[in-house]
Amino acid sequence: MVSSLLKLSRIHKVFNEGTIDEKVALENINLHLKPGDFVTVIGSNGAGKSTLMNIISGVLIPDYGEVYIDGKNVTNLPEYKRSRLIGRVFQDPMAGTAPTMTIEENLAIAYSRNKNRTLARGVTKKRKEWFREQLKTLNLGLENRLNAKVGLLSGGERQALSLLMATFTEPKILLLDEHTAALDPARAELVTNLTRDIVEKTKLTTLMVTHNMQQAIDLGNRLIMMDKGQIILDIDEEEKKKLTVEALLAEFQRIRGEKLASDRAILG
Amino acid sequence: MGTALFSAFEFGILYALMALGVYLSFRILDFPDLTVDGSFVTGGALAASLIVSGVHPMYATLSALVAGFIAGCFTGILHTKGKINPLLSGILMMIALYSINLRIMGRANVSLLNEDTFFTKVNDFWESLGLSNIISANWSTLIVMVIVTLVVKILVDLFLKTEIGLAIRATGDNKRMIRSFSANTDWLIILGLGLSNALVAFSGAFVAQYSGFADVGMGVGMIVVGLASVIIGEALFGTKTLVRTTFAVIGGAIVYRIIIALAYRIKFLELQTGDLKLITAIIVIIALIAPKIVENVKERRRKKRRHIEQMATEKKDGEQLA
Repeated sequence: MVSSLLKLSRIHKVFNEGTIDEKVALENINLHLKPGDFVTVIGSNGAGKSTLMNIISGVLIPDYGEVYIDGKNVTNLPEYKRSRLIGRVFQDPMAGTAPTMTIEENLAIAYSRNKNRTLARGVTKKRKEWFREQLKTLNLGLENRLNAKVGLLSGGERQALSLLMATFTEPKILLLDEHTAALDPARAELVTNLTRDIVEKTKLTTLMVTHNMQQAIDLGNRLIMMDKGQIILDIDEEEKKKLTVEALLAEFQRIRGEKLASDRAILG
Repeated sequence: MGTALFSAFEFGILYALMALGVYLSFRILDFPDLTVDGSFVTGGALAASLIVSGVHPMYATLSALVAGFIAGCFTGILHTKGKINPLLSGILMMIALYSINLRIMGRANVSLLNEDTFFTKVNDFWESLGLSNIISANWSTLIVMVIVTLVVKILVDLFLKTEIGLAIRATGDNKRMIRSFSANTDWLIILGLGLSNALVAFSGAFVAQYSGFADVGMGVGMIVVGLASVIIGEALFGTKTLVRTTFAVIGGAIVYRIIIALAYRIKFLELQTGDLKLITAIIVIIALIAPKIVENVKERRRKKRRHIEQMATEKKDGEQLA
């Protein structure tokens, strides 16, 4: 099992257990990611994609089951400690940056992710140079606006900055939670391309949730589909190359239909 | 009038440290912290009691910093570990401190009239330097307090730019974000509130020594005075950068005192000393509401102007067509 960088074993999560609103969010999830894997996750609303992300990042603790990162059991490690290992970009462009602080200050915060924060200056001359070079790779001209408050940036710019902040300290795992969903098509494409470039360059092990089937097919080397708290489809690199949106939809309907039929059989 | 302004200035600078503390909790951490009403007195009470028992005024004043820090940390712990809402955490701590302050002093107030205080020491020092021949010793308090306040301001500015300082600011700005960058927000809130209340208690220690007594009621409404200073300062002096904003807060504390002094000089209002809190509340209410009204009026004017311009261009186009 040394070869898996992220390992989820028998994860269960139930919300509002024992009440009328009880909802099984994740049911017996097993997932292994090899170093360098870029896995896209699709599924309808309520399939458990976001819960899965929250379990991995430590926002939620599973009812049972274990989470391993790079061979280390992190199931009960609090979110802030686990974030040393995990980079995250959220759906909401406002969520990943601090709006009243400047671009360089935001970058300095991200820079300290895998270090102990001290009373040393956050933005030093040396770091500033490095930030500038990192920002250049985004091709948005942000390298000339180091002192601009992030609240003044557009949604696309903020999301691109979030992506840079999540990745430039090279965490073990990158979690992207529908990070292009709130952007207009042009901006979404820009951030999608950036994502592809950055993951390719840094070889980060990545898990990306998306609603966009085409995006899920275009990016990454593996695709999983979730439904009702379970992984119902797992497509590897070879199969994924031939995949189309139509085929994916048909497959989804087939599995769902079968499941529906088997449910009926049990009930009947 | 001159002396009134002078003493308003003096009071303003004494309370500026408290306003900086309130700025840290209210603006930086986005935490409306009512501990201030209690910790301000704690600072005054501790400094006064220590001075009376023979401790050097310098150490007595510095010990107020520590006491305030501890008080603030408790509020932070109530909120983060006890999951009590921010306002309630502060109120609980404020009430608890009332009893603690009485315990520190052993009675409701401690007089410093015949004691050596920080300011009498400064005065002596001033005269020993022979400066009193050049500038009256009356100025020594003001000048020394300006220096103390500026030093604290610079330290606050520097701190907020350290790695820990940046994380504290981000905690007030976007908790979710800073957690995803491996910062323990609980710890940062506790630290931030501790520092905020340390400054507040520090200010309390100076105020007690300046007025010659510490009283268990000297902190009532202090949070509102702090808010008034922060809001007035930000509105008048701007918030473009951090360095500027902390300066604005100090300016706000002084302007607030000047406004109060002026209000008392308006004869037909027939104000009494007891009206101070009411005036403060009214100032804060105006400071909170006025910017919105001004913005509304501006927006309406902008729209009207745009409408007129549009009409004009349409008319011109029409003429050209004709």
